[in-house]
Amino acid sequence: MNTLSRLNDLGRRRFLRGMLGGGVVTLGLPLLNCFLNDNGTAFASGAPLPMRFGTWFWGLGMNSKIFIPAKVGAGYDLPEELSALAAVRPHVNLFTNFNAMRDSSPNLCHYTGWIITRAGAAPIGDQDKPGETIDVTIARVIGRNTRFQSVTATANGDVRTSFTYENANSVNAAEPSPLNFYKQLFGGDYQDPNAATFTPNPRIMARKSVLSGVLDQTKQLSKMVSAEDRARLDQYYTDLRDLERQFDHQLTKPEPIASCHPVTSPKEDPKTTVDSETVAERHRMMTDLMVMAAACDQTRVFNMAYSSAFASTVKAGYEKPHHTCTHEEPVDQSLGYQPTASWFLRRSMESWAYFVEAFSKVKEGDGTLLDNMLIYGSTDSAWARIHSLDGIPMFTAGRAGGKVKSGIHVDGAAGPATRLGYTIMKVMGVDTPSWGTKSNNTASALSEILV
Amino acid sequence: MSSSVRFLLSQALIAVLVSPCFLFGVSVAGADPAQSDVKLTEAPDAASPVRVRLVSQEQYLNTLAYVFGPDIRVAPHFAPFRRTDGLLQVGASSAGVTTAQMQEFQRTARAMADQVVSPEHRNFLVPCTPKRDNAADARCAAQFLSSVGRLLYRRPLTRDELGKLVDAAGGAANRLKDFHGGLAVALEGILVSPDMLFVVDRSEPDPASPGQRRLESYSLASRLSFFLWNSAPDDALLSMATRGDLHSPDGMTRAVDYLLSSPRLETGVRALFDDMLGFDEFAVLSKDPGIYPAFVGDTVQDAREQTLRTIIDHLLVRKGDYRDLFTTRQVFMSPSLATLYGVSTPPGWTPYEIPQGNPRVGLLTQIAFLASHAHPGRSSPTLRGKALRELLLCQKVPRPPPNVDFSLIEDPKSTLHTARERLAAHRANPVCAGCHKITDPIGLALENFDGAGQYRATEKGAPIDASGNLDGKNFDDPAGLAQALRDSPALPACMVRRAYAYGTGGAVKPDDKAVLPYLNSQFAAEQYRLPDLLRTIALSRSFSHVAETAGGVAPASKLTADASNGATK
Repeated sequence: MNTLSRLNDLGRRRFLRGMLGGGVVTLGLPLLNCFLNDNGTAFASGAPLPMRFGTWFWGLGMNSKIFIPAKVGAGYDLPEELSALAAVRPHVNLFTNFNAMRDSSPNLCHYTGWIITRAGAAPIGDQDKPGETIDVTIARVIGRNTRFQSVTATANGDVRTSFTYENANSVNAAEPSPLNFYKQLFGGDYQDPNAATFTPNPRIMARKSVLSGVLDQTKQLSKMVSAEDRARLDQYYTDLRDLERQFDHQLTKPEPIASCHPVTSPKEDPKTTVDSETVAERHRMMTDLMVMAAACDQTRVFNMAYSSAFASTVKAGYEKPHHTCTHEEPVDQSLGYQPTASWFLRRSMESWAYFVEAFSKVKEGDGTLLDNMLIYGSTDSAWARIHSLDGIPMFTAGRAGGKVKSGIHVDGAAGPATRLGYTIMKVMGVDTPSWGTKSNNTASALSEILV
Repeated sequence: MSSSVRFLLSQALIAVLVSPCFLFGVSVAGADPAQSDVKLTEAPDAASPVRVRLVSQEQYLNTLAYVFGPDIRVAPHFAPFRRTDGLLQVGASSAGVTTAQMQEFQRTARAMADQVVSPEHRNFLVPCTPKRDNAADARCAAQFLSSVGRLLYRRPLTRDELGKLVDAAGGAANRLKDFHGGLAVALEGILVSPDMLFVVDRSEPDPASPGQRRLESYSLASRLSFFLWNSAPDDALLSMATRGDLHSPDGMTRAVDYLLSSPRLETGVRALFDDMLGFDEFAVLSKDPGIYPAFVGDTVQDAREQTLRTIIDHLLVRKGDYRDLFTTRQVFMSPSLATLYGVSTPPGWTPYEIPQGNPRVGLLTQIAFLASHAHPGRSSPTLRGKALRELLLCQKVPRPPPNVDFSLIEDPKSTLHTARERLAAHRANPVCAGCHKITDPIGLALENFDGAGQYRATEKGAPIDASGNLDGKNFDDPAGLAQALRDSPALPACMVRRAYAYGTGGAVKPDDKAVLPYLNSQFAAEQYRLPDLLRTIALSRSFSHVAETAGGVAPASKLTADASNGATK
């Protein structure tokens, strides 16, 4: 009997919620090399390979003259600011000439642009965060059956650097420490899906019982407060229900996953500086952990920030951080752009290339992990020097399980940037007739990238 | 309104609107030293809004350290609050909890509960021994959970609540065959409960003032202790609440004096200034080691610590005038800071007096302010001026316009050597001039200190001109700026506004504004002593009374102490 048929005989996911009965069940399982059906498109049980969604953020836009390819469509050229993408270009779609529409709202420097591209609406003030970000919407659809509904990290070491929120008062904080990110993902409650044995933790059953009391408390408390505060407690109640679901998940033997490999903890965090080398190192460490979190199906939604929108990345020996540089460095008339500002952007693109390549290196089924996901890369402005929102660049990477083409440069013809977000939501199964408000509202998907 | 008054008002409005940049600032009524002999009184119906605050990470950790001891350690990563009206703590009153944050609460609760019941700790943290280690024991569980629950919920548990927790602990103990394991599961439940994580203002009718509402005793105790200790009430304060002491003037005075005399006050005052001065920036502050090699790893935390030590020493130990913080020469020195100051000092922290004639005077010239409001590789008069106005004078400097033109200062062949010359050229643009006029004359007075806070007499070979102006007061050097700031009526008024917002847990609302002139006048009358200000705020009617809002108020739950186990009926 081969390993695949032995596994089928065992029956997938047939335990253990109803079998615990107050006791501990330990089951020996074979460690398998292949867990897929014959053509590698699904788990052997028939369950489809999971779809994932990720976001990646870099600050301070681009220099159009050396960023926008001359060629539109497949096989686009790579101008010098994009040269780092050479190895991953077949996986990456580039979107240029799309506009973030602010209508009557102010252009809040390095803020309005990322809010529009991530949430579909222009903020009216610097404390305003309209709606919710696209990753939150998508996580509700594809992220509910994993240990983490989503995970968020930043490479600049600042917990405040986050581009994901449920509402104005509920931002998903970014993890700035690779060590802590490891502990969050692979310490404590982590269950290796390929472990030879599975021992459901009886304490989790006990936790579930206590949690029902906490749910009741939350309901009672919400009756005592104002409508505004009730909304916060209702959100808390929903979070508790999510926690309950995650407890259930932890009580279930995970599906063995061939692409999931043991991860070792980083020895130490990088130093706390924001020089470009340290940011790149932190980004690599976070990325490697994020890749394996996705491969091991700990989460299906993930967010990574390379920098803040006011990127404070530093070049050794250069007195200004990236953001200040974009405003104060002269445009070199012979080059036609700001050379040091472009130096910073090239470092961003190197990290973007690393991010994409890292997912593409993990085999999954007959393709790669990247083939079964879509990553959305966005920024805060087009030309940061003047905070322009017209021509704001965006990327995607991956093929979303075959639903999306890759390696294409799309010219948006000055249409709303939200067309990409809307397209992504359709691909991810979000049932919405349109996305965005006012001029950002769109029901027009980008057919150029759809299969 | 007469036509002449209408005309004057319209002219004033036009003057404001045509200005390219104007400040939104604090009212300083009652704060003018010339009026310090005028003591205003608080309105008889003064009240603050009802609030529901999420506990901060620091409050959570302080509370657990006080309840379980400092050797129970967890390292949570709670989402930071949104800085609102100048304070992170104000953001607590609108903060929500994301799914990811909920998971973090649960992970932290589990780590905490595991340690509390661990064999090393249970003997002194669990006040009883179960009949059997491998089974439920309702009596012992109730003893532990009622005691701990009271401190963590900041009120006695109702009998129903306690019963559910004891049942949960018992069920878990039998399932796990481990009494202490069951206790840990119940404790986890307490630690992720909204009653633990949200500080809810519960109110009740004030029998002494028909039609008005006051905070019920336990909510008032929480408001007091989070204000003054940045932590939940201790056993003594909760006992005062149980006895109803907090609703009598004498009892309330005793309670406030108890809080002010506690060693925990230092923790509370540090938290207030940590928040007010924006010291969360220190978590990510760094300098380019190639440009500032003396700014080493320890410098960042030592810079923050130096300022906080100076504040505690001046305000709590010496009971000094708040305004004199900005002209004091009494500081504390550590070896890593001494390098930047160009002095020598022994290991550890040492009191240090800046010599007369030295340009370093007051908090503005400490490394914390100078380095945190500068770039990694250079100083920034604009950032420093903006920080002074926003953090210390409660004024709001508008964001820069999106289409700033730097062409005047971008010329690589420029002969502009100093920041003063560059900013003067920048201010030639009227779009930029409005805001820079209110920040740069302040920040330029600190140009004798580079981006790391080190003294310098020249920049790129050109002598530094440190003259400037603060709201009409001219000065020639950092000491002159320090004195002008010290004498500004907006300085103590801002302290009052921040302390009041911090204490009542939310942004200053129109209803609150009525109390600020009273607090300003009291602060002046008490020679600007911070402990007196904290006492005045805590004893004010606005602090203990709440206004009904359109959304309603949180009524007090029916809590009746049960002497046997601290539970309520």
